[in-house]
Amino acid sequence: MNSLRIIIGLILLLSTTAMKAQEVRLITIHQLEERIASGKDTTYIVNFWATWCAPCVAELPGFEKLRLAYEGKPLKILLISLDFKSKLEPAVKPFVRKTGLKNEVLLLNESNQQEYIDRISKDWSGAIPATLFANGGKKVRKFYEKELTFEELNTIYQSFK
Amino acid sequence: MKSLMTLCFVLTGLFLKAQPVAGYQVGDIAKDFSLKNVDGKTVSLSDFKTAKGFIVIFTCNTCPVANAYEQRIIELNTKYSKLDYPVIAVNPNDPGVQPGDSFEKMQERATEKGYAFPYLLDPDHLVTKRFGATKTPHVFILQKTSAGNRVSYIGAIDNDTEGTNTGRTNYVEEAVNALATGQKPATSTTKAVGCAIKWKKS
Repeated sequence: MNSLRIIIGLILLLSTTAMKAQEVRLITIHQLEERIASGKDTTYIVNFWATWCAPCVAELPGFEKLRLAYEGKPLKILLISLDFKSKLEPAVKPFVRKTGLKNEVLLLNESNQQEYIDRISKDWSGAIPATLFANGGKKVRKFYEKELTFEELNTIYQSFK
Repeated sequence: MKSLMTLCFVLTGLFLKAQPVAGYQVGDIAKDFSLKNVDGKTVSLSDFKTAKGFIVIFTCNTCPVANAYEQRIIELNTKYSKLDYPVIAVNPNDPGVQPGDSFEKMQERATEKGYAFPYLLDPDHLVTKRFGATKTPHVFILQKTSAGNRVSYIGAIDNDTEGTNTGRTNYVEEAVNALATGQKPATSTTKAVGCAIKWKKS
């Protein structure tokens, strides 16, 4: 009887965890580069966005669609928010809960824009939306400072295979 | 097959080609322009006979980063128009794509906030593209020389978008202070996160 209770309790706990929105963790550029490098044959699509950026928010569904289209494939999509750190609780987490984003959402843990913009790409003026495609194993990187549709994302991802 | 693939790649490349970002580099001479101001009159750089230079800022009504900087832009003009480096604000966004940046909305904003500087419309992005602005806010400081208006600084207003760091570096102030005393700005290009320009859909 006791063990049954524990099992039911566990099931309840797991189901609420599964329904809960994802945690939004912080990431530095160094941590991002380490993930890309250790990802071997995984292609990383790293989108830089913010809750206050309307065109960024508008293109997020394309990234969700891409994730579904390549489930089980060596593709990892990271949605890195450039919102202020002070906006993590009041803006970013509620946004993620509301939209139910399934791609991993992170918040950039960097304060020096002068430095980190160039580290992502010399071609980046700082405008968002912007998206980096990187494959550590193949040592290939492409950077786009523009909005990308699902079709465009798909075409660029295909070119990395 | 191979040539077909090559063709695909070339087409993809063309298709994905970003907006031209050539524009001015520090040291270039900026061409004058004539754009319509919120008061309906046309403004050119040559109208400012006594100016020693200009703080040209691509900004708009709708970008939250531009909004965060609005008061600082107003203060820059207050401080530096006295030193003959007035602010010239240009809205680079297409109102078809971003209705909040229409000419009427610009007029409302300028009146409401009491802009004491021109707030200009750039309908076909001609000036925006010539400068190579990519986002709002995006600053180009010009210095009047015998050869023309020389681009002396390109980039951000400061390194504190959120406006919470009292120890911030005021890039634009430092650059204009240097120019006003006959020196070259120590930092002539910076980068900052901003809103991509809303280009007209072709």
